[in-house]
Amino acid sequence: MTGETILKVERLTKTYPTAAGPLTVLHEVSFAIMAGATCAIVGPSGSGKTTLLGLCAGLDRPSGGTVALAGREIGGLDEDGRARIRNEAVGFVFQNFQLVPTLTALENVLVPLELRGEGGGEGEARALLERVGLGARLDHYPVKLSGGEQQRVALARAFVNRPRILFCDEPTGNLDGDTAHAMVELIFGLNRERGTTLVLVTHDLELARRTQRIIRLRHGAVASDELGTA
Amino acid sequence: MSFILKMAWRDTRASRRRLLLYSLSIVLGVAALTGISALGDNLRGAIDSQAKGLLGADLNVTGRREFTEKTIARLRATGGELATSIATNTMADFGNGGRRLVSLTAVEGGFPFYGEVETVPADAYARLREPNAAIIEETAMTQAGLAVGSEIRLGATTFTIVGALKKYPGLSPFTSMFAPRVEVSMAALRGTGLLQRGSLSQHNAYLKLPPGADAEALKKTLRDELRGERLGFTTAEERKEQLGDALKNLFSFVSLVGFLALFLGAVGVASAMHVFIRQRLATVAVLRCLGASVRTSFAIYLVQGLGLGLAGSLLGAGLGLSLQAVLPALLRDYVPYQIAFAVSWRALFTGLGAGVGISALFTLLPLLNVRRVAPLHVLRSGFEDDFVRPDPLRYAVYAAIGAAMWAVGALQMSSWRLGLAFSLGMIASFAVLAGVAELIIWAARRVRTGGLPYTWRQGIANVHRPNNRTALLMLSLGLGTFMLLTLALTRASLLAKLRGLDLGERPNLMFFDVQADQIDRLKEIARREGVPLAKVTPIVTMRLGALKGRTVEEIGADKANTVPAWALRREYRSTFRAALDDTEQVTAGKFEGAAPAGEARAPVSVEAWLAKDLQLGVGDELDFNVQGVVVKAVIGSVRQVDWQRMQTNFFFVFPPGPLDGAPATYAAATRTGSTDEAARLQKAVAKEMPNVSAIDLGFIVRLLDGIFTKIAWAISFLASFTVATGVVVLVSAVLMGRHQRVREAVLLRTLGAQRRQLRQIMLAEYTVLGLLAAATGGGLAVLANGLLAKLLFKVSAVPPWPWLAAAVVMVTALTIVTGLLANRGVSGHPPLEILRQET
Ligand SMILES: Nc1ncnc2c1ncn2[C@@H]1O[C@H](COP(=O)(O)OP(=O)(O)O)[C@@H](O)[C@H]1O
Ligand SMILES: [Mg+2]
Repeated sequence: MTGETILKVERLTKTYPTAAGPLTVLHEVSFAIMAGATCAIVGPSGSGKTTLLGLCAGLDRPSGGTVALAGREIGGLDEDGRARIRNEAVGFVFQNFQLVPTLTALENVLVPLELRGEGGGEGEARALLERVGLGARLDHYPVKLSGGEQQRVALARAFVNRPRILFCDEPTGNLDGDTAHAMVELIFGLNRERGTTLVLVTHDLELARRTQRIIRLRHGAVASDELGTA
Repeated sequence: MSFILKMAWRDTRASRRRLLLYSLSIVLGVAALTGISALGDNLRGAIDSQAKGLLGADLNVTGRREFTEKTIARLRATGGELATSIATNTMADFGNGGRRLVSLTAVEGGFPFYGEVETVPADAYARLREPNAAIIEETAMTQAGLAVGSEIRLGATTFTIVGALKKYPGLSPFTSMFAPRVEVSMAALRGTGLLQRGSLSQHNAYLKLPPGADAEALKKTLRDELRGERLGFTTAEERKEQLGDALKNLFSFVSLVGFLALFLGAVGVASAMHVFIRQRLATVAVLRCLGASVRTSFAIYLVQGLGLGLAGSLLGAGLGLSLQAVLPALLRDYVPYQIAFAVSWRALFTGLGAGVGISALFTLLPLLNVRRVAPLHVLRSGFEDDFVRPDPLRYAVYAAIGAAMWAVGALQMSSWRLGLAFSLGMIASFAVLAGVAELIIWAARRVRTGGLPYTWRQGIANVHRPNNRTALLMLSLGLGTFMLLTLALTRASLLAKLRGLDLGERPNLMFFDVQADQIDRLKEIARREGVPLAKVTPIVTMRLGALKGRTVEEIGADKANTVPAWALRREYRSTFRAALDDTEQVTAGKFEGAAPAGEARAPVSVEAWLAKDLQLGVGDELDFNVQGVVVKAVIGSVRQVDWQRMQTNFFFVFPPGPLDGAPATYAAATRTGSTDEAARLQKAVAKEMPNVSAIDLGFIVRLLDGIFTKIAWAISFLASFTVATGVVVLVSAVLMGRHQRVREAVLLRTLGAQRRQLRQIMLAEYTVLGLLAAATGGGLAVLANGLLAKLLFKVSAVPPWPWLAAAVVMVTALTIVTGLLANRGVSGHPPLEILRQET
C-alpha cells in the first residue's frame, strides 16, 4: 500500500431526465480508494452501481460533483482526454463481455496497446491469454467462444495495458456457478500478481467479502462503507 | 394471420425511425422512376407533336397530278381531317427587275394540323383570303429587296405581298433555297392560269388522324388500295426519322434513364432490406425459441418488408408525380418546351409495381436464411453464418429477380431484345462487382500491413473481418457509380454528336449556279466585301447511260429489274476533286485522286446508299451521259457521306481530268462573321449575277439548332434528375451500414481510443472500399458506354478518362465524407449509454 489515492469521488450526483421528470440515480456519493486496494460496490439491482462505475471511468458526465482518477480531475477533460486516461490507467470487465465481435481473441486483447501506438505487445497478449487458459483459442472470433471464455478474453484485455485500476461490473453476472468461480479466481489472482487497484461491482455478497472494503449503495446513496474481512 | 400482422407491426416499434431511413431509398427510387417515366411520357408527347410539326400532319400523300375523285374519297373515308395543297414552280417577277424561281403554293383545309405558322406581321396568314394577297418566305423577301405592300407578278396575275413567312411546318430549307415558297389562296392560284399549261405541279394531301390511329398501317393500306394512282406517302414518324438519329436517340436515352433510375432504386432497396433483415435474425430466433414456426416467423418479416415496400412505393410515386407537376412550373423560364402536366397512370403503376415487387424480391433473399438457422445458434451468434448448402429457393429468387429485370427492361425499352441485353449487362456487372468484392476480401486477408500504423491496419482488416460490409458497399457503391457514369458518358457522347451539327468554323454562306465565266468575278466581289471564298466546287450535271454493260433503257424495260426507276433516270450533279472531304469515309475500294492516262475508264467514287440502290460495287463499269458526251467510268470506291453536315455533298465524285471539257457550274462557299455580312455579300452578288442563288446556311443551322437545343436540354435535365437520385442512394448505402460500426467505435472509445484514431480507422476502411468500388464501377461504365454508343446510339463515344477520374474521386470523397459524418453521432452519446444496450 503506497498511501496514494487513485480514485477520489466527491458529492457525485447523476440525474437522468425522464418523461416523469428528472430521476436522481446517484445522490452526493463520496469516497476515496487507495492505490493497490480492493473494494467492492454492492447494492440491489437498480441502486446505481453501473452508473457510478461509468462515472468513475469517465464513460458519462456527472450532473454534479467531481471524480479524480489517477491524480487527474476528469471533469475538466474532454472526451479524448478521458479516453487517454482510460487507455493508460484503466482496465474494464463488463457483465456482458463487450468484445469487438469482428476481432479475434488475440486481436481483442491487443486493442488497448495498439491504440496506444505500442507495437510488439503480442508476446504480452499471448502470455495473458495463456494465463487465462485460452492459449489455444487465439485466432477464434468471439462468436466461437463460450460466455466464460469471452469473459476471460475480456479480462486479458483489461490487464494488457498494465492498468493501475481495474473496474469490474458484475463480471460473473452472466456466468454459471463453476465458470463464475474460475473467473473470480482469475480476477483476484491477476490482481494480486500485478498489484492493480480493484473496484468490483457486484450484488453477490460472497464475492464482495473477498475485497478489503465494501461500499453499499441504496437508492443512489452510500448506505454503508466498511472494511471487509479479507 | 392476425398474430403475424400484429407482430409485424409491433416489431417495428423499436426502430421506426431506422425503418424510415430504409424506406427512403425505396421512396426515392420509385420517385425517380415515376418522375422520369411520367416526364418521359410528357416529353415524348411534346417531342412527338414537335416532330409532327415537321410534317404538319400525321400522313402526307403526294402526287404529280390533281388527285382523282377516287383518291379524295378514299382519303376522306379514313375518318381523319383532310387538307390539300398544290405547289408549282414558276418564275416570279418582282417588279424591281428581279426575277426568281419560286414555289407557288396554295392550301385548302385546316393545314397545318401540327406546328405553327409564323408570319410578319402576325396576321398575314389570315389575310391570304383577301383577293390577290401573297406571302413570301422572309429570306427570299429580303434577298429580293421586297417589303409588305410590294407587288409581284406570277403568271397572269399581280399579287400584293401582305407578309413574310418565317416559319412553316414542313418547310424544308433545302428546297426553299432554290425555290422559296410564295403562298396564295387556292382560288388565286387557279386564277393565275399556271396550272393549266401542263406545267409541273406537286399535289399534297394531308391527313390528321383520330387519336390512337396507326399512321404506318394506314399508309400500307392506302398504298395497296391506291396503287394505280402514282402517289407517295410519308408519315410523321418517317419524317421524324429523316431528321436524323438525334430524336431517336433522345427516346432511347429517356428509356435508358428510366431503366437506370429503377435499378439505382433497386440497389437502394436491396441494400436496405439486406441490412434490415440481418438485424432481425436475432429476433426471429427468439420467436422461434418461443415456439413460432418457421413459416410464422418468415411471414412476419415478409409482411414487414412488403409493408415497407408498399408504403415507400406509395410515398415515392406521390413524390414523383408531384415533382413532375411542379417541375414544368418551376422551370418554365428555362425550359424551351411546353411540358403539359398530365398524370401518367402508366408511370404511376410502373413505379408502384416495381417498388413493391422489388422490395418483395429483395426481402425474400436475405429472409431465406431464416429458414436455415437453428434458433439457439442465432441467439448466440447474432450474426453471419455460413449457409453452405445450396438452397434451391434462393436460386428461384435469383431467377425471379432476373426475370423481373428483363420484364422491366423490355417494357422500358419497348423491345424484349434490348431488355434482355440490358438486364444481362446488369447481371454481368453485378457479378463482376461481387467477384471484385471477394477478391478484395481475399487480398485484405493476405496483404501484409505490418508496416502500417494501427489505425490503417484495423481499417483494412475491417474489410475482411466477419460482419464486414465489403460486399454490400462494393455492390451498392459500385453499381451506383456504374450507372451514374454510364449516364454521364452517354449524355456527353450524345451532346457531342449534336454539337457536331454546329458549323463551327465551316462555311455558312453558299452560292449555287455560278457560271464558269462568273467564278472569277465572284471571287473578286467576295474579297472586296471582306469575306473571301473558302471553297469552290465544280458541278457537272449528268445522267446514267449504262450500268455494267446494259443501258438504263434496257434495265428499265426488264421485268426482273429491281433498281428503282428514279435512280436510273434522275439527273446527277457530280463533282471532281483529288481528295476526300472531311464528311466522307471510304467503305470499300480506294479513293482515286487522279485519272489514269489514255482511254481507260475514270475511277469514280459512289455514295454508299446509292451504290446499294444501283447494285454497284467496286470494279463495276458504268457510262455517264454528260450533256450528250459519254464518259466511261468504273467504280473505284464506295463512300459513306454524313448528310447531316451542311455542305454540298455528291453521289458521284470524279477525279480531276475526265470532266474537264464538260460544261460546269460552280458552287462556292464562304464563312461570314455575321448575318449583316452575309446579307451584304448576297446583295452585292445578286446585283451583278442575278442567276446566282445564295443559301445562308447560318439560317438553316439556326433552324435545326432550335430543335437540337431542346433535345440537348431534355437530355441534360433527365440525366441530372437521375444523378441526384444516385447520390442519395450512395449516401444511404453508406448510412445503412453504419450501425454495425457504431458499437465497435464505442467499445474502442471505452478502451481509450482517441477520436482521431476512430476517424482514421473509418477513413482507411471507407477509402479502400470507396476507391475500389468506384474504380470497378467506373471501369464497367466505360465499357458500357462504348457498347451503348456503338450499338444503340450509333455515335462515337467521348474519351472517358477524365470522366472516369472525376467519378472515382467524387464517389470516393462522397463515401468518406458521408461515412465520417454518419459516425460523428458516436461521440455525441456517452459511451455508457451504448454499452448498456444488450447485444
Ligand atoms: N439513461 C437513463 N435514463 C433514465 N434512467 C436511467 C438511465 N440509465 C439508468 N437509469 C436508471 O438508473 C438506475 C440505476 O441504474 P444502474 O446504475 O444500471 O443500476 P445497477 O447497476 O445498480 O443495477 C436504474 O433505476 C435505471 O433505471
Ligand atoms: Mg448494473
